[in-house]
Amino acid sequence: MASVNSVESRRSTATFRLTDLYSLVGAVVAALSFSLLLFTKILPFSGSIGFVVVSYAAFIAIYSALVSLEAEGPIIRDKIATVVVHSLAFLMLLALVFVVVYTLIRGFSALSYLNFFTQDQSRTGPLDPLSSGGVLHAIVGTLEMIALALLITIPLGISCAVFLNEISGRLSRLVRTIAEAMTALPSIVAGLFIYATFILIFGLPKSGIAASLAISVMMLPIIIRASDVVLRLVPANLKEASYAMGTSQWRTVWHVTLPTARSGLTTAVILGTARGIGETSPVLLTAGFTASLNADPSRNPMISLPLAVFNFVKSPEPAMIARGFGAAALLMLLVLLLFVIARIIGGKAPGVLSTRQQKSRERQSHDDAVRMAKSSAEPTNTDTP
Amino acid sequence: MTTTVVETDVDNALVADQAREIIAKVDRPDLIFRGIIRTSGIAVLTVMSLIGVFLAYRAGEALNVAGWSFLTEQAWEPDSGKFGVAAIIVGTVLIALVAIGIAVPLAIAVALYISEYAPRRLQSTFVSLVDLMAAVPSIVYGLWGLFFLQSNVTGVGRWISTYFGWIPFLSVKGADPTDPLSPSTVYTSSTFIAGIVVALMVAPIICSIMREVFSQAPSGEREGAYALGSTKWGMIRTVVLPFGKGGMIGGTMLGLGRALGETIAVYLIISPVFIIQPRILESGTSSVASLIALRYGEATNFGTSALMAAGLALFLMTLVVNFIASSVVARSRSGAESG
Repeated sequence: MASVNSVESRRSTATFRLTDLYSLVGAVVAALSFSLLLFTKILPFSGSIGFVVVSYAAFIAIYSALVSLEAEGPIIRDKIATVVVHSLAFLMLLALVFVVVYTLIRGFSALSYLNFFTQDQSRTGPLDPLSSGGVLHAIVGTLEMIALALLITIPLGISCAVFLNEISGRLSRLVRTIAEAMTALPSIVAGLFIYATFILIFGLPKSGIAASLAISVMMLPIIIRASDVVLRLVPANLKEASYAMGTSQWRTVWHVTLPTARSGLTTAVILGTARGIGETSPVLLTAGFTASLNADPSRNPMISLPLAVFNFVKSPEPAMIARGFGAAALLMLLVLLLFVIARIIGGKAPGVLSTRQQKSRERQSHDDAVRMAKSSAEPTNTDTP
Repeated sequence: MTTTVVETDVDNALVADQAREIIAKVDRPDLIFRGIIRTSGIAVLTVMSLIGVFLAYRAGEALNVAGWSFLTEQAWEPDSGKFGVAAIIVGTVLIALVAIGIAVPLAIAVALYISEYAPRRLQSTFVSLVDLMAAVPSIVYGLWGLFFLQSNVTGVGRWISTYFGWIPFLSVKGADPTDPLSPSTVYTSSTFIAGIVVALMVAPIICSIMREVFSQAPSGEREGAYALGSTKWGMIRTVVLPFGKGGMIGGTMLGLGRALGETIAVYLIISPVFIIQPRILESGTSSVASLIALRYGEATNFGTSALMAAGLALFLMTLVVNFIASSVVARSRSGAESG
């Protein structure tokens, strides 16, 4: 949740002197030459990862020696902590970006074929080149499964979150506890539950509906929890103002609480969708496997993008692995799209309006003022009951 | 007449001082509305408890047969009556611990960087980046681990086991560091590699919770530390880190919960073995979630019941971890405000 942490903003106390730069650059150069010497002439070490690690250790040692020439105690510790935090943060952000970029680059070869989006795998064998076959069946499957799951989770999740906020008592406390506990449910167990009930006990076939039920079971606690937090942030005075006008509870919820929290609720749903769309394990257990397009979620196996990736990369053939990366890149772009939409819509605190909404509110309020001024100018109007 | 009037006035004044009982009349639309939301609350409650009850019920069949040996048996052969979670729970916990061991320092560094060091203009970009990374599907991390990490990190495993092999859990059986031609396959598919992949997966989740609490550290106390002549690191160590302690522990536990339940990325990387295998650099390990994904298809009715029992054990473990996490966060100073 985006939070407004404090009224006054923090001041920047960063200072940077030229000597800092000198010691940084000096330490980098010295560390690189030291480990180069170590790796090529002195020790039997090899490998690029080892080189980076040794250079980093040397860098930290040389940098602290350089800093200790002109500063003492706490300042040395401060400088070392600064470079360590910067480098670790850089390392992790780099690693994360690398994971994404690696998938996109390796997926590009499959994505550059148009048939990848328009065909399914039914006429394509493992040895066929990338110019044949595609993942249309998985795209359709993913979209249908997530649509069905949203059809279940949005009404149920949001009305349950409203219940948690509007009706207090032992029951809602119990529901909140259980819903929070269920966010710990491993996704594979959610899949196993649907597999054991829907398929083994009721004897229904593996299908898109079973998969979307498994995804719903997993998404529901996430959406309830996030919506609950957002609804709790709706200012009480807005609701009280509505009650003071004599409005009923459900009108207050419908016209005040939900519109105020709309952007936050949208974010909650979209982030839940992003989780649901990327889950492989519940779908693996419940959807079965198919290589051909099946648009009917109630019958026959269906496949989703993550499951398609999983099946592609189990094959040793390079073309299949390339298809797997293509499908993974596609899935990631889908998640990215959802995320960008969530950022544009959400990320605003309850009651904060976009500029367009702000303008329309101003216009409405102006119209009201004009109307009231008119009606007070004609005193006969106000007297009539 | 007049006296009675005065009396009632006094009465009225007395009554006005007391809180009046407010009886709000609930009209029909409100009753329907309450009925609907209460129904959905009960529906969610039913579904959620049904999962727990059903898991326990189906697991009961297998647990009855296995008895206490379910916790001590290492093999997984349900149809011959010899099965237990000792090996897979150890594998699961080891993978999660390696993941947490790598992810937590990195997450702390990124969280501190974003909340304390990063330029103001870039802060929100980094926040979005980390949140986005938390939403990247686990299969993407799995692919990266399988095709990139597996082949590139065996050298590191070899190096660690060569120089630190005297520590029992870092040794590798069947490897000969003196022989340069010895196969590197003993270092692949290990707990260590699975742990690195899971670490990258959970680090953004841990990081976003930590960043949230770090950024809530009160400005007054920050400036107080500066006013006493503290350096930036001194301020972080004495104000930000103590303030965010609850969030740090809570975030770590939450990441641990996710790491325990991770299926696909682990499944792609490990080669399953059903013995307790504490040497984290050596090929072969197992986890509960990947066992379920591996065996559900070929399981008989009783085998499914045994898998349910394993799933139940996993669920109870993540439940306990999550419960501890939320109570730690709620009790901490920073958690009290963030709700």
